[in-house]
Amino acid sequence: MAVKNILIAVALAFMTLFLVLPLIIVFSEALSAGIGTYFNALIDPNVADAIYLTLVIAAVAVPANLIFGIMASWCIAKFDFVGRNVLITLIDLPFSISPVIAGLLEVLLFGLNGLFGGWLSDHNIQIIFALPGMILATTFVTFPFVAREVIPLAQEQGNDEEEAAVTLGAGGLQIFFRISLPKLRWGLFYGVLLCNARAMGEFGAVSVVSGKIFGQTDTLSLAVESLYESYEIQAAFAVASLLALLALLTLVLKAALEWRHRDEIHAVRRKRST
Amino acid sequence: MSTEIDIAGVVRRFGPHTVLNDVNLAVRPGELLALLGPSGSGKTTLLRLIAGLDQPDAGSIKIDRADTLHAHPKERGVGFVFQHYALFRHMSVFENIAFSLRIRKAPKPEVTARVNELLKLIQLETLAGRYPAQLSGGQRQRVALARALASQPRVLLLDEPFGALDAVVRRDLRRWLRQLHEEMNITTIFVTHDQEEAFDLADRVVIMNAGKIVQQGTPIEIYQTPTNAFVHEFLGESNVLPAVIRDGNVFAMSGFPLGAASAPDGEVTAYIRPHHVVPIANPEGAWRVQRIAATGAHARVTLGRNGLTIEAAMTADALLDSQLAPEKNADASFTGGTLFGKDGEGRIRLLSVVNPSSVVSEAALP
Repeated sequence: MAVKNILIAVALAFMTLFLVLPLIIVFSEALSAGIGTYFNALIDPNVADAIYLTLVIAAVAVPANLIFGIMASWCIAKFDFVGRNVLITLIDLPFSISPVIAGLLEVLLFGLNGLFGGWLSDHNIQIIFALPGMILATTFVTFPFVAREVIPLAQEQGNDEEEAAVTLGAGGLQIFFRISLPKLRWGLFYGVLLCNARAMGEFGAVSVVSGKIFGQTDTLSLAVESLYESYEIQAAFAVASLLALLALLTLVLKAALEWRHRDEIHAVRRKRST
Repeated sequence: MSTEIDIAGVVRRFGPHTVLNDVNLAVRPGELLALLGPSGSGKTTLLRLIAGLDQPDAGSIKIDRADTLHAHPKERGVGFVFQHYALFRHMSVFENIAFSLRIRKAPKPEVTARVNELLKLIQLETLAGRYPAQLSGGQRQRVALARALASQPRVLLLDEPFGALDAVVRRDLRRWLRQLHEEMNITTIFVTHDQEEAFDLADRVVIMNAGKIVQQGTPIEIYQTPTNAFVHEFLGESNVLPAVIRDGNVFAMSGFPLGAASAPDGEVTAYIRPHHVVPIANPEGAWRVQRIAATGAHARVTLGRNGLTIEAAMTADALLDSQLAPEKNADASFTGGTLFGKDGEGRIRLLSVVNPSSVVSEAALP
């Protein structure tokens, strides 16, 4: 009993120190100069641009990885092909590579002196230090989130229901939209939430490829850094509070949906008993 | 009018394995047919070929004389019940049953009417809103059946329909399915590895082994005249004794008489079911009773002789009258049996010869 209480206390202390305390500090610093200054910091044109840019990047990267995740899980769970295990390993690559290296790789490929740099500049296409590069970097880093969530689920669920749908007269598209996709929807949903949170908060890779042109190629997380470095501490925390709010919102959304659809989630997740 | 199925020369290979090897089978209109065989005999593969879930490498499958090669499952009019039911886990019972109707874009009132009719048939009207995970095994089984029947298929295929259920539910469902078949008269094929289930339920049984049909016929025909040693052994346990025929008499290799046979001299293998072995208590007997196990109405007696053991089965009542006891001696006579050649083929009937020195009491006869 004593051991149990000690363990709970340790866990709580740890959580307070590493999760709750930073959150409180972010908001208290952001609001330290009053609510008016807080909102002034947020409606600054450069910050507004950063918010817009972050939303654009997420709006491209998340759907791209959603589609990729569905396709990958479809391939891996339904078919056995040469290179299947290589594909599974590759999907994990962005997790094991430092985002900074990912960004650097992109510079080496698309930068002015990079592999495709000459061709790109000849055709007047700018990727590095511009939006396309930031989208590419974010997509790469958030690549595994949906796929990792969906593949195990698809593998566990197998092919039986699809075959049943075939015998009941369904065609390929009907099976996909009525059976395969709905079966996976909770996995997809969690994957998208995580993917989105990471896409909006990504720092390392985007930092390398963005060139950090304040007001032009700044995302929210980059804006936090540039504001902090120019000693606008309160404004930096105000922007940081937006990211913190996003994280909280993600959690609340997840919990709310889980609660609302608890019966169905339970029914879908429970393994078939024999 | 019920549907007939004609399967001719069907071959199916998976890589180096030939899973079905020249299978020919005519399924009669409205019959309830069992595909019986050990696992790996190809029975489920055959069922999947009929449903169109898989394609044969050679041969043809005709449903009502129309070749089904390249026909989408949708056009075959086949209802399939999967071994683990494969119910749509994200749909309620109602939506599961309605699926094939919705796919065919049936009008809403028609869907509701048909689903309700089926819910009534499977006696699950009150559970229409439940999800499959909230149902018992027997209920899931019935939902799977209703789903397969919803679009009024010509043929109903069931893969190990009772495999995952406990004994009591299994027996009830079996009766219910039989009754349902009699009412609807839809051509039905089910796959099973359970001999008792096949014999209890089917009009006709097809026995498969290693990708081939070994024998087909009514349950009685198959039980009485198994075509080879495999079928005989698959249908129930036997005492297997190497034997020899000499001048119409059959002897076990270890020297004692088994009975008579009208067949030329030669080496054979005798398959004697336990209920054809009749032990008689006799202090001078050549057999020794090693063990007696009574399971309710039936009893099993294990007899030993020079390192050889055989099993006898009798009713518990007959055991009481027999005065058999463990570690006591006994005689054994054989009231029937089947002989096969060394290759397991060429069935010869073993005729019983009443040993004049033994007195067989009426009660001891099975």
